[in-house]
Amino acid sequence: MYRALLELADDHLVLGHRVSEWCGHAPMLEEDLALPNMALDCIGTARALYARAGELEGAGRDEDALAYFRGEREYLNCLLVEQPNGDFAQTMLRQLGFAAFMEPFWRAAAQSSDDAVRGVAGKAVKEMAYNIRHAGEWVVRLGDGTDESTGRMRAASDALAPYWDELFLSSPATQEAEAAGILPERAGLRANWEQVMRDVFAQALLDWPEATWSQGGGREGRHGEGLGHLLAEMQSVARAHPGATW
Amino acid sequence: MYAQGLIGADGRTDETPEFLAAFKARIDAEEKIEPKDAMPEGYRRTLIRQIGQHAHSEIVGMLPEGNWITRAPSLKRKAALLAKVQDEGGHGLYLYAAAETLGVSREEMTEELLDGRAKYSSIFNYPTLTWADIGTIGWLVDGAAIMNQIPLCRCSFGPYARAMIRVCKEESFHQRQGYEIMLTLCRGTQAQKDMAQDALNRWWWPSLMMFGPHDADSTHSDQSMAWKIKRFSNDELRQKFIDATVPQAEFLGLTVPDPECKWNEAKGGYDHGPIDWDEFWRVVKGGGVMNRERIAARKKAWDDGAWVREAALVHAEKRKARKAAMAAE
Repeated sequence: MYRALLELADDHLVLGHRVSEWCGHAPMLEEDLALPNMALDCIGTARALYARAGELEGAGRDEDALAYFRGEREYLNCLLVEQPNGDFAQTMLRQLGFAAFMEPFWRAAAQSSDDAVRGVAGKAVKEMAYNIRHAGEWVVRLGDGTDESTGRMRAASDALAPYWDELFLSSPATQEAEAAGILPERAGLRANWEQVMRDVFAQALLDWPEATWSQGGGREGRHGEGLGHLLAEMQSVARAHPGATW
Repeated sequence: MYAQGLIGADGRTDETPEFLAAFKARIDAEEKIEPKDAMPEGYRRTLIRQIGQHAHSEIVGMLPEGNWITRAPSLKRKAALLAKVQDEGGHGLYLYAAAETLGVSREEMTEELLDGRAKYSSIFNYPTLTWADIGTIGWLVDGAAIMNQIPLCRCSFGPYARAMIRVCKEESFHQRQGYEIMLTLCRGTQAQKDMAQDALNRWWWPSLMMFGPHDADSTHSDQSMAWKIKRFSNDELRQKFIDATVPQAEFLGLTVPDPECKWNEAKGGYDHGPIDWDEFWRVVKGGGVMNRERIAARKKAWDDGAWVREAALVHAEKRKARKAAMAAE
C-alpha cells in the first residue's frame, strides 16, 4: 500500500510542480490566479498522501524526505504528469485529462477502507471537479476559437494521446491496494473518463484522437528525460542542506 | 493651494473656482470620492498613475518570488509561496479594477507597463539569489509596503481605500510568514544563518529606498497630501519602518548593514546612515540587475498569450452568434 500511495502522491506533486511553472507567466491575469490554485490542489493532495505513505513505510520518512530525497528512478508518477507544459493548450488538456480521471477516482475512494485515503478523497473530489470545469472550458474555447487555437489544441491532443492509457493501468502494488478495497480499480474508471473527454471534445468541435500507440513505464520509475531536470530543480536547495529544517 | 497641480486638465470637468472649492471642502471633510463623482482632472490622473503603478508592482513582484516556487525547500513552503504569489496577482487584479473606475482600461495600463511609460516599484529590479531572499522579501519588502499602504486605507478615493483594506490584511500575513521563514533560518544551521544575513545585507538599503526620495526631493508629495491621497511624508514612513524593523533584526540575531544605525534617545527613533540615491535613480531609470529581464518576462507572457486571449474572444462571439441564430429559428 505504501508504494501504491507513493505512485498517487508522485502524480500529484509532479503535476502540481509543472503547473506552478506558469505562475507569473500566464496568458492573462485571471489565469495567473487560476493556475496556482490548480497547482495548490495537486500539491496539497500530494502532501497528505506522502504523509500517509511515510507512516505506512514506517522508516521515519516524512513528506519532505519522500519528495526531496528520492531520485528520478524512484519516482513512480505516470508519464502524463511530467510532460512539459508546452503551450497553454497542452497544459489545459493535460489538466483536463488528469482531473477527469481523478474526480471519479476520488468519488469511488470515498468508500476506501483506509481513513486517510477517505480524508483525502473528500477534499480532492471537489477540487478535481473544479479542475475539470476550468480546464474543460479552456479546451472548448481553444478548440472552437481561432484557426491558430484550434491547430494548437489539435497538436496538444496528438502530443498527449500516447499518455492517457497509463492512467488506467495498475501496478502490482496498486492491484493489491485495489483488491484490499483501499483504492478504486483504475481500469473501471475508463468509461466515465472517456465520456467526459469525448463530451468536451465534441463541444470543442474536435475529433477525439484514437491513440495509435501508448507509452508507459512511469510506475516502474522509467521516465522521459524531463523528469530528472524537474527534480534537480525542485530538490536543489533541500539537497544542498541535508538535515536542515525550513 | 492644490489646484496648481492641474496640469494637462482635458476639460472633462469644468474646473471653476467654485467647483474646486467644493471639491476641496469634501476632501477636508474626509468624504470619500467615488468614481461617478466629479473630480479635478489632476486628481484623476494622479490616481490613475499611482494605482496603475501599484498594480504593476504587484504583477512584476510575482516574478522575483515566483523564481523560487520550483525550488522551495519543503512542500509546506512551496504551497505557502504559491499562495503568496497568487495573492500578489489578486492584488494586481483589484487594483487594475480600481483604476478602471477612473476611465482607463487594464489593456492600456498593461501596454504602458510593457513599453516603459508606466513605472513599478523599483525593488523588484533586484534579483532573488537564495531561499533566504524569499523570507527577507516577506519581512522587509512586504513590511515596507504595509507602512506605505496602511495610510492608503484612508485615501480620499473610495475604491482605492477599500482595495487597500483587503490588500493590507493579506500583506500583513505575508510579512509574518516572511519573518517566520527568517526565524527558522536563524535557528537553523550556520549555512542557513549566513544565508539569512546575506539576504538582509542585500535587501536592507533597497527596502529603505521603497519609501521614495527624501521629502525635500519628492515631486508629487505636496499635492497628494492636500488631496489626502497621501497621509504621511516619505521620511516619516521610512522612520517608522526602521524603528519597527531594527528590533526585529536584533531578535533574529542579524545585523542591519548600516554602521550608523543607532538608537537616538532624543528623537525616540533610530538614526541611519546616508542612502545611496544615485543607486536608487539608476535602478529606477532602468539600470538595475533585473530591469530588462522583468519587463521581458512580462512582455513574453503577454505576447505568448495573445493567441489565447484572441481565441477566447472569438469563441465568445461564436457562441453569441449561435445563440442568436437559435433564438431566431
